[in-house]
Amino acid sequence: MKKVHVDVAVIGGGPAGLAAALAARSEGAEKVLIIERNTELGGILQQCIHHGFGLHRFKEELTGPEYAQRFVNLVKDTDIDVLLETMVLEVTPERKIYAVNSENGMLEITAKAVVLAMGCRERTRGALRIPGGRPAGVYSAGTAQRYVNIDGYLPGKRAVILGSGDIGLIMARRFTLEGAKVEAVVEVLPYAAGLTRNVVQCLEDFDIPLYLQSTVIEIHGTKRVEGVTIAQVDADWNPIPGTERKIECDTLLLSVGLVPENELSSQAGVAIDSITNGPIVDDSMMTSVSGIFACGNVLHVHDLVDNVSKESERAGRYAGRFALGTNNSVPRRVKVQAGNNIRYVVPHEVSSTEPVEFFMRVQRPEDDVVLDVGGLRRIRKASVRPSEMLDVKITPEQLQNLEGDTLIMQIIPQKEA
Amino acid sequence: MDKAKKSTITAQVVIVGGGIIGTAVARELSRYELDVLLIEAEAEVGWGTTKANSGIVHGGFHEEPGTLKAKYCFSGNQMYPKLCEELDVCFEQNGIMMVARTPHEMETVRLYYKRGKERGVNVQLFSQEEVARQEPNLDPKIVGALFAPEGGAVMPFELAAALMENAIQNGVKYKMNTTVIDAWREGDKKYLETPEQIIRADYVVNAAGLFSDDLARMFGDDYFSIRPRKGEEYIFDLSVKDFVKSTIFPVPGKISKGILVIPTAAGNLMMGPTGDNVEEKEDLGTSQDGFNRVFEGAKRLVPSLDARKIIAQFAGVRAASDRGDFIVELSPNVPGLLHLAGIESPGLTAAPAIAADVPGLLEEAGLQLEEKQSFNPRRAGVVRFNSLSREEQDALVKKNPSFGRIICRCESITEGEIVDAIHRGARTLDGIKFRVRAGAGRCQGGFCQPLITQILSRELDIPVTAVTKAGPGSEQVRYVAKELYDEEVR
Ligand SMILES: Cc1cc2nc3c(=O)[nH]c(=O)nc-3n(C[C@H](O)[C@H](O)[C@H](O)COP(=O)(O)OP(=O)(O)OC[C@H]3O[C@@H](n4cnc5c(N)ncnc54)[C@H](O)[C@@H]3O)c2cc1C
Ligand SMILES: Cc1cc2nc3c(=O)[nH]c(=O)nc-3n(C[C@H](O)[C@H](O)[C@H](O)COP(=O)(O)OP(=O)(O)OC[C@H]3O[C@@H](n4cnc5c(N)ncnc54)[C@H](O)[C@@H]3O)c2cc1C
Repeated sequence: MKKVHVDVAVIGGGPAGLAAALAARSEGAEKVLIIERNTELGGILQQCIHHGFGLHRFKEELTGPEYAQRFVNLVKDTDIDVLLETMVLEVTPERKIYAVNSENGMLEITAKAVVLAMGCRERTRGALRIPGGRPAGVYSAGTAQRYVNIDGYLPGKRAVILGSGDIGLIMARRFTLEGAKVEAVVEVLPYAAGLTRNVVQCLEDFDIPLYLQSTVIEIHGTKRVEGVTIAQVDADWNPIPGTERKIECDTLLLSVGLVPENELSSQAGVAIDSITNGPIVDDSMMTSVSGIFACGNVLHVHDLVDNVSKESERAGRYAGRFALGTNNSVPRRVKVQAGNNIRYVVPHEVSSTEPVEFFMRVQRPEDDVVLDVGGLRRIRKASVRPSEMLDVKITPEQLQNLEGDTLIMQIIPQKEA
Repeated sequence: MDKAKKSTITAQVVIVGGGIIGTAVARELSRYELDVLLIEAEAEVGWGTTKANSGIVHGGFHEEPGTLKAKYCFSGNQMYPKLCEELDVCFEQNGIMMVARTPHEMETVRLYYKRGKERGVNVQLFSQEEVARQEPNLDPKIVGALFAPEGGAVMPFELAAALMENAIQNGVKYKMNTTVIDAWREGDKKYLETPEQIIRADYVVNAAGLFSDDLARMFGDDYFSIRPRKGEEYIFDLSVKDFVKSTIFPVPGKISKGILVIPTAAGNLMMGPTGDNVEEKEDLGTSQDGFNRVFEGAKRLVPSLDARKIIAQFAGVRAASDRGDFIVELSPNVPGLLHLAGIESPGLTAAPAIAADVPGLLEEAGLQLEEKQSFNPRRAGVVRFNSLSREEQDALVKKNPSFGRIICRCESITEGEIVDAIHRGARTLDGIKFRVRAGAGRCQGGFCQPLITQILSRELDIPVTAVTKAGPGSEQVRYVAKELYDEEVR
């Protein structure tokens, strides 16, 4: 078995892994290695051929592959090692990585620091328990996206999309552009789950109906999907009798959420937050296992890749320092807590040595509110939406003013604030 | 096609149906110098009830004394370890526990204990403390249990595929995607009509599962019928695999064994099945109501089960006979026709024992049996990358690089294993999923389906648009991108 020693090993070569590797290298880590199972770098962005990436970072509207390529080019200009078509099978708490590829066989990689950047997977039909048969023609939206954008095949010609997540909205437009008919997008919530921009550009512009507070209650067909029955739901998401309607279609796409891929992390003993389904991290993006860091969609599901890059640079920087042994000692630990109408906050814990950026999501939509950052900062917001991640920065100086060692993040109505 | 236009082929013994029963019979008959043909309607064997059940190798203490179920279940159980060893099929002998929630139920458990003892089943009685020690996640209210350590779990589809592979290796012929649409007798000969051909046989084994009464009726045998009874099952993610060690049964109700919590041979935990009489033999839908009943039942055994960990669901239909027992007998009306019908639960367990009786029954009907010297009970071993040590994996990849390419990332299944499955007979995405479990994990094929579609297309040398989930009509992707814009012009 081939044995390799590196300073920083990055698992996953998507935007998170690329940014982390670059930052670790700039920080001075000598041997940085990216391990990626696909045939090329770029992660899921390679199949996101629509535009709308990089508005924040590059002040330009790029496609997914274009955005990825900017980082891939930067990596190429360095001496960062890249192993492609290589799958990581195991990470130990001692930071030994077992990875396999057809050229080298099994590799045992010992790393001073590890960055987890494995991304996420899509929630499946089984997780939803949609009743009915199990014919061909049911795909998660990302799988369909890959079939169309990478492989060049169109799964079917009449589609219903369950879930109004961004990937589903994007695929509604893609199917239409490919010549297929999208009969409906069906969403259980009273509002669209994806970005408003995508609702407008992908549904409204193409006259695709969006049915809110509705769901698919049955899939018809034995060999191939022949149709679905949809119905309106009550406040508890139970179908309302009498509102059922059958729609004929040969394809059902599911866009019902993403789940961070943390099987490797759990194996390594990394503690997982049951709300984000990602690791619990401090503001250096270090997990509960010393020397193992996490960033990107493996940490929590992002809707903008620009945020992924930012967060991952932080992880890479600290991983680099950890490998070099130059990590600052931590004077004080502050726990971060989700308060009123906050579903989760990342990072989960902060020290007060450097400015820190918090990413969070709300539980439900609310207008005219104030985001209260542990009493240290108060930011007025016209509206907050679960689909739109909030971010806020705190400086060490501001953190000094915190009483106690818990920082509560909360949303309060403007009139109470 | 018109009957008259169809060509006629002949075979000494024709087995109709490639479920666990048909494939076990095929392998059993391949021990003899015979010309055997198996006919299966689906694209691959094992796609009937055999692929959709609980996968439990029952202990043999449940069944009423004096029934064929009792006879074949216990002897089938005893044959499993050797059979699975010969065929290199997973058999987890993890035991079966029937638990009592009240002292009153414990009385019933004692009756099953007595029944098992009398039959020769290895059974033990557990106190409340012993139950809690062995299965700490069970409801603490459980007062005691019966434990049968020789019960276990298999992957039924894997077993059926392995039986078929071994039968073929020993000379059995087969036709897949071939439905028997009519059948009749002329003198000693039996005729089976398929959409393409007519097959003339000396002996016919009816192993058509849910449709065994229909096949019997084609021959004029209408003295039994099948009453389909559906069972829904729900599968959990591997992350909760260690919740229970053995299959947990409640005290059974009148017609079914109740809702169970099952550690499957694949490692996932499963709960089910329901038992509902249905009109349609092919009613494989799952339902919210079914889920509610299963979840409620399972939580009575293991209260901490979390519905959010469910990754898949399915339903299977039991082919219960109107006799309430298995039908294993020569037709009283058609000489040389053997019915293996009404093989509902515990049919999977019973299959090897039923099959072992088939040569004798056919001999009774006049078939001459001569043992085949060249019979080989073993099939070529299967590589399971996941179960090898890191060193073994390393060595394997160096020998064959395709084992270094992981295709299914949830279950770590390699391209080598998928190609091997295709060479052993897999033709479809479901066939691969059931054989090597690629796509059976938590992402349910989201990542690997497109890759497996490509591999099937390459290995079978068919267009990507001809790759199916489960046979003709279930094409995975229907069109080449932009094809819908193409228009015929003159
Ligand atoms: C189907 C889909 C479509 C999306 N569409 C959009 C969109 O249109 N717009 C948008 O802003 N965001 C979109 N997102 C979100 C987008 O994924 C993130 O913004 C960003 O790509 C996340 O980057 P990442 O590096 O964390 O994850 P990914 O891009 O998923 O990269 C993770 C990488 O890790 C690799 N990997 C995983 N496990 C292993 C292992 N064990 N060994 C080796 N390598 C491994 C994977 O192959 C992958 O390349 C989409 C996400 C998905 C899943
Ligand atoms: C929910 C459920 C749970 C169960 N759990 C267990 C368990 O834990 N343990 C256990 O021992 N048993 C269990 N069983 C029972 C077990 O699954 C069955 O007894 C067994 O699979 C029956 O196998 P078979 O070969 O008779 O039928 P099948 O597997 O249905 O095979 C019959 C085959 O015949 C083919 N066929 C039918 N008609 C024709 C035709 N005209 N021409 C050509 N081919 C035809 C079909 O396509 C099919 O492949 C369970 C059953 C169910 C439904």
